[in-house]
Amino acid sequence: MHAVNAAAATSLLHVRNVTISYPTEDGVFTAVEDVTFSVARGERFVILGPSGCGKSTLLKSIAGFMGVAAGAIDLDGHTVQGPGPDRVVVFQEFDQLLPWKTVLGNVMYPLRVARKLSDASARETARRFIGMVGLDRFADTYPHQLSGGMKQRVAIARSLALDPAMLLMDEPFASLDALTRRRMQDELLAIWEATHKALLFVTHSIEEAVLLGDRILVLSGGPGRVRRILENSAAGHRDSESASKTKHDVQALLGE
Amino acid sequence: MRATGRKVVIFVGLLLVWEAWTRLYGVSPLLFPPASTVLTAFGRSLANGEIPGFAFQSLKILLTGMALGGIIALVLTTLAVTSRLGGDLLQTLTSMFNPLPAIALMPLALLWFGLGTDSLVFVIVHSVLWPMALNTYAGFVAVPVTLRRVGQNFGLTGWRFVAGILLPAAFPYILSGVKIGWAFAWRTIIAAEMVFGVAGAQGGLGWFIYQNRFEMNTDLVFAGLLTVIVIGLLVENVVFRWLERRTVLRWGMTTGH
Repeated sequence: MHAVNAAAATSLLHVRNVTISYPTEDGVFTAVEDVTFSVARGERFVILGPSGCGKSTLLKSIAGFMGVAAGAIDLDGHTVQGPGPDRVVVFQEFDQLLPWKTVLGNVMYPLRVARKLSDASARETARRFIGMVGLDRFADTYPHQLSGGMKQRVAIARSLALDPAMLLMDEPFASLDALTRRRMQDELLAIWEATHKALLFVTHSIEEAVLLGDRILVLSGGPGRVRRILENSAAGHRDSESASKTKHDVQALLGE
Repeated sequence: MRATGRKVVIFVGLLLVWEAWTRLYGVSPLLFPPASTVLTAFGRSLANGEIPGFAFQSLKILLTGMALGGIIALVLTTLAVTSRLGGDLLQTLTSMFNPLPAIALMPLALLWFGLGTDSLVFVIVHSVLWPMALNTYAGFVAVPVTLRRVGQNFGLTGWRFVAGILLPAAFPYILSGVKIGWAFAWRTIIAAEMVFGVAGAQGGLGWFIYQNRFEMNTDLVFAGLLTVIVIGLLVENVVFRWLERRTVLRWGMTTGH
């Protein structure tokens, strides 16, 4: 109980009664309906659901790429009205890096244009975060020479370097092979331990959700509605007893 | 490297056939001078600064035209990606004017700008504008949605978004538009100079060729044609190759086009 109260007191993101719909050729399509939740500072919050349940659409609205049809999204007391560097997105697609810039250039660029840092301090900050994801040796490499996992590391470093209020991750490891994916999950946990940056992570993998989420929002499909928000004490540990219990609960929820 | 070697052998072979044919059959040097005569005239004209002067004049007008055409293409395509009306405008204009040969506009150019550099620049702008605009537009449209969102996420809007994200992301397309524009422009300037003749003190390569035909200096006519070929090859195989190596090849962005 105490943890929940603390979370409410330091709440960062509020999503209230949000409905998202957009026009298609067959009329208006409602992707998400009446979704309410909030994310606390320093929390790892996972949105889990089957393909097509609107979880990515929800993330896009929080990022400001899409408007809401009803309800409101507040970050730090301000209504979200468009994209901005206070909510940086790590996408699933590998082409999120600027191919014409090196790893260092990719991390430095938003520091220069969004945070208006000087060249020298942008360089220093960028190097620190490139080091954090273990890519020091690749600072001068162009993205097309990197593996998929390395590209996602650069994207994570670039996002963290901006020091956003929260990090939005849209199935960032879904295109990676199983082994790399596992390693990236562990690295993300380590990075979170070091930064305690609020994290909103979208995934369709139950395993990933249970490993990464302090709380897990389970969305039902078409249109996406909140099935339940689960507290997950197993976050950060693989294959513990409580992890298999949470997995079981989630499976039951999704199976209903 | 071996392919280059083979091409050099072919080139030298052609020169030898040319030389042998003109000498053995006694072809009139006024109609078709031997290769050695042409090369000598070429060397002489290169050394006395005549050909470089004319070539410089052609290139100066061509680059002016390409720069102007490039700026107009950029304005048109920026309009085209920012509004639907702009997109329709660009598509209508390109489909109207792209099939129109630049040479066909020369009577109008004479009427509007008179005999002079302005007419030449006008014709060059027309020949480069449409291919460059079409390619740049295709490049802007092809920028992946993820990359656009990344730019928006950094808070980039308007001109900063175009310069920071769209232009570099579309660069492979833009570069190929410039290459096509160059090829059109180089052919057009030589032809146009023959019609417009000399404007002011210095004429271009087209004028050089035309004038020497008039004076029956056939060896210099051939030397002029040789210069047109050599500059064309140099720009395509040295300048553009160098640009590609420094940009799209280094960035691994060659799949786009």
